[in-house]
Amino acid sequence: MNKQAKGMSDRTSDVILAAICVIVLLIVAYPLYYVVIASFSNPYDVYAGKTFLLPSGFTLDGYKAVFADPKIMPGFFNSVKYTVVGTIFSVVMLYVTAYPLAQKDLPGRKFLSLFFVFTMYFGGGMIPTYLIVKQTGLIGNMWSLFLPGGVAVGNMIIVRNYFQNSIPHDLVEAAGIDGASKFRTFISVVIPLSMPILAVQAVFAMVAYWNDWFTAMIYLGGKGQPLPLVLRGILIKSAASTEQAGMIEGGFAELNKLTEMIKFSSMIVAALPMLIAYPFVQKYFEKGFMAGAVKG
Amino acid sequence: MSKNASPGRTAAPDVSQGGRIPAAGPAALSRPSRAKPLGRRLADNWQMYALLAIPVVLTVVYKYIPMYGIQIAFRDFDPNLGFLESQWVGLKWFARFFNAPTCFRMIKNTVLISLFSLLWSFPIPIILSLIINQVRFHRFKRVVQTVLYAPHFISTMIICGMIRIFLSPTGGLLNLLLGTQIDFLTQSSAFRTIYIASGIWQDAGWGCIIYLATLANVDPGLYEAAKVDGASVFQRILHIDLPELLPMAILNLIMAAGGLMNVGFEKVWLLQTDLNKATSDVIAVYVYQQGIEQAKYSYSTAVGLFNTAVNIILLLVVNKIASKASDVEFV
Repeated sequence: MNKQAKGMSDRTSDVILAAICVIVLLIVAYPLYYVVIASFSNPYDVYAGKTFLLPSGFTLDGYKAVFADPKIMPGFFNSVKYTVVGTIFSVVMLYVTAYPLAQKDLPGRKFLSLFFVFTMYFGGGMIPTYLIVKQTGLIGNMWSLFLPGGVAVGNMIIVRNYFQNSIPHDLVEAAGIDGASKFRTFISVVIPLSMPILAVQAVFAMVAYWNDWFTAMIYLGGKGQPLPLVLRGILIKSAASTEQAGMIEGGFAELNKLTEMIKFSSMIVAALPMLIAYPFVQKYFEKGFMAGAVKG
Repeated sequence: MSKNASPGRTAAPDVSQGGRIPAAGPAALSRPSRAKPLGRRLADNWQMYALLAIPVVLTVVYKYIPMYGIQIAFRDFDPNLGFLESQWVGLKWFARFFNAPTCFRMIKNTVLISLFSLLWSFPIPIILSLIINQVRFHRFKRVVQTVLYAPHFISTMIICGMIRIFLSPTGGLLNLLLGTQIDFLTQSSAFRTIYIASGIWQDAGWGCIIYLATLANVDPGLYEAAKVDGASVFQRILHIDLPELLPMAILNLIMAAGGLMNVGFEKVWLLQTDLNKATSDVIAVYVYQQGIEQAKYSYSTAVGLFNTAVNIILLLVVNKIASKASDVEFV
């Protein structure tokens, strides 16, 4: 009888827990869903409150305008370029730093670790860093987005711990006995065995570069703006450019409508690539975090 | 934390341990070279130093030299003269900051925003992960996690664009739902709530990962035993899961307390309007405006340094507490 009662209570609590999860799910998902349907709707219907559940006055004009926009598409491709180059750069930096520091017999290892870790806690601040970036001639150059970041130390520690704790030592040692140098072992044993962490780190770097606009704003000096910075003009300043008004039939009224539509569709275009990417490495997230919390 | 793995410092202590050569132990790699002289070991590792060359150079140039450049906070920086030659002015810039009319307001806003952020956003991931962890339909659990992580991957720019659209007085989602026409972003009383609530919406799910990973380590036998004893799900959460999370939670709390003066620039700047400045004026935005927009390099550096100094003191105090409160180390 006792068993019976317990079963009931378990089922009840299952329902309660699931219900809470559904509520949380809706709170998180609904704003995103709302932006999606708004992007397919007539903006006047959106602002009249006719699009709570489904699009109203279905239209693809917002997306057409985004793809025809003289600033958004170049911004999109700038972001793609920065993301690809930046991700490769960041992952390479992580690996070439983490692997030597994972060698327990490396003379000076402790000092080198401290050398990197110190920069996690203390830095020169915005202006001195800006002045050095300027002095090294990077202002207005794509590399100003990558080089000053150097090594992402927190992530580097995660990768280092992964090398130390999750790569089977017999394999590393076997390679050494076969006469492979440490570098050779790195290339042919350690890298292939660290794909999960590589994938997670690549996605983290990708997301960071795709979403970054602050570095671009202060270092690029207005040239080669990435997508989020272009969106700033649209979303935050809400500036409809008057030069466009002349080009559009219907003049200002039509332009206003378009400006509002572009807000929604451009957000979708900017957010979608990363929202598609992260579920692929989601199963490795927990592993990645725990590797960082366990001292090697 | 393997206890026998502190090699690299002393010679050959671990061969003696248990009489077994630790072939599969973490120290195995390093053992053979231990006896060699330093010069030889350096030469053996030349490839490793070569790999480190670029990261070290970048870190020196873009991290350590700027630290050295902090001294312009005490100088009247002249780009033609450089860090060292510019005239020494002592604490002039600090004095100017403390005499600035908005100085107190900025310090207060910075502290209050992060303090309230911490108080609200700290417990929510813990509660969420306790709930998600007990969900038994695995597919559903996976869907919940995927959706909850999603906002973390969206740019601050888009988040702030969404906030502005949703809070717009004409046809914004929130006003439509409430049937009002309030311009929330011009109300300084609403700023912190907007900032913190949107922060929770974006990152509470992401904050669950570390706790879910911790809960994954709970011995299933404990749940079985509790079930046999007739414990309900809520009793299991209270007596098994919560104690398991506590050390990690305390550590997170302590670490967050160490970054109390670290209010991010981006979101505040994007949500700031002329009318909500009474609560949205923070040090980070001021540093940017004075330094980058107005090119007052020395003054801006001084303000930034003040902020960093307060943070470092907090961090040191908090680290002291952390090392006493927990065994977990992050570095």
